Amino acid sequence: MAEFRMPSLGADMDVGTIIEWLVQPGDPVRRGQIVAVVDTAKAAIEIESFEDGVLEELLVGPGTQVPVGTPIARIGPPVAGAVPAAAAAVTTAARSAGGTVAPVTLRVAPSAPDSGPAPAPAAPAVAAQANEAPAVAAPAPAAPAGRDRFPATPPVRHLAHQLGVDLDAVVGSGPDGHITHDDVRAAAAAAAAPARVRATPRARRLAAEHDLDLRSISGSGAHGAVLAADVLAVTAAAPAAGATATPPTATPTTAAPTTAAPTTVAGPPPGPRAASPDRKAAMRAAIASLMSRSNAEIPHYYVRQTIDMGPSLAWLAARNQELPVARRLLPAVLFLRATVLAAQAVPDLNGHWIGGALSRAGRVDLGVAVATRGGGLVTPAIPDAGSLPVDALMARLADLVGRARRGALKQAEMAGASITVSSLGEAGPDELYGVIFPPQVALVGVGGIVERPWAVDGMLTVRPIATVVLAADHRASDGRTASAFLATFRHALAHPEEL
Amino acid sequence: MSTDRARGVLLDALTFVAPDVDVEGLDPAEPLREQADLDSMDFMELVAQLAEAVQGDIPVDDYPRLETIDAAVAYLAARLG
Repeated sequence: MAEFRMPSLGADMDVGTIIEWLVQPGDPVRRGQIVAVVDTAKAAIEIESFEDGVLEELLVGPGTQVPVGTPIARIGPPVAGAVPAAAAAVTTAARSAGGTVAPVTLRVAPSAPDSGPAPAPAAPAVAAQANEAPAVAAPAPAAPAGRDRFPATPPVRHLAHQLGVDLDAVVGSGPDGHITHDDVRAAAAAAAAPARVRATPRARRLAAEHDLDLRSISGSGAHGAVLAADVLAVTAAAPAAGATATPPTATPTTAAPTTAAPTTVAGPPPGPRAASPDRKAAMRAAIASLMSRSNAEIPHYYVRQTIDMGPSLAWLAARNQELPVARRLLPAVLFLRATVLAAQAVPDLNGHWIGGALSRAGRVDLGVAVATRGGGLVTPAIPDAGSLPVDALMARLADLVGRARRGALKQAEMAGASITVSSLGEAGPDELYGVIFPPQVALVGVGGIVERPWAVDGMLTVRPIATVVLAADHRASDGRTASAFLATFRHALAHPEEL
Repeated sequence: MSTDRARGVLLDALTFVAPDVDVEGLDPAEPLREQADLDSMDFMELVAQLAEAVQGDIPVDDYPRLETIDAAVAYLAARLG
């Protein structure tokens, strides 16, 4: 029997809130299987089981916030046995609590404090911080009553988009009215059951606003999905009918449960979905805490290099001409690849400062600072980025950024990068002087690409120029180290064919 | 008709890439990327979505034709036939 604990998903994470369990007592779980979605201050993260077995008991229910290291579930050996009755009872309690923040029965053994929060397996580097967390969690008052949570997490929204479910029409069964994966699947199943209508969220919204039955509209999208344009075509064709038409959704064939039926939108059309103020504030606080720690602890020094991007941009443009959009490269990946090569060449900048000494990482786990839409910053990592050639690295980057913004990040991606790249985009400011993410010892700040006068062989010419600023921890390295790093970085971009 | 469909395709793709943006409220004649705050990664995702919708590729050389909503609708309408 093993306790499954709230993992540490980054150096700045002290507590996490279970948003949703994706498994229930009695379910078999495999090592690496995604078992729950956890809300941290920064993002919704899918967390994985660390072993094979059977989920015996959920110790912490949805909506409950607990410190890192708190046991949140019990996993038993993989036996094909019956579900313990007690476990089932707890689940029921957890489930019936929907709508309120449930102080779910916790069966946390009051373990000795020092055996309490285990160092999170994925992030040994931050164990010291995690250990400061209280050992035993009373069911934390997860949320101040009445706080305005966002109704659906990014992974749920992503799923809804994939299934063509309009979240506005879904009643959430999770804590605080949260819409869960199950709610979305139920809505999709209900929508699909009568007539298998595929539609985009916008088309559903428009159809609901006009009291139109999606089943009566022929879709012109992929796989016959109804697009917003199809709905508008129908409304344009029958402008007078709208006022008096009987809503087709009232026909007796609609047997969908009320929670799932795309009911008429009563209120004003929903505005853009943005991060709630609470979430923004929490993310801000997490960034503030980590950056303050960095600035207090790390003696930063900065070394700057301007780089002629002509050769690598020409190489990239030539490649992109031949490639379909899904495989095109962005300049960002050039900087990532150059960072990987430089970090491999200069290992003193690739690692962690732990217990007064540099611990080299041995491989490059490449952190990528990603601005989230609506404000905020997450820094997931590409594990073992050194094993990826440039096109594979691009695919990983696109996937990572897409999920950071529209979906869920994976647990492995939130754990300990060994060096981080930050960029404000090709059209961004000229230079970026970053703050290192502790316990890392370096951060590469990439500026925008701008045309500048440039001297070549005694002649003045105009070239696309990028400025790279390496921020490094002076406890772990010196200017000579940084200089070697930037030399490798520049060489890589001057010889893109070797990338 | 084709223009309406193209507009629907574009706004659906935009909603996917930038769910926080009120796509109906954008000025169709002004540069799209600045209005919707699309960085290069967002823009590439948008192009990927559009390429899927037109069931073909959208070459790099055509990117300038996606600069505004109006321009992109005209381009997509032509591609959709």
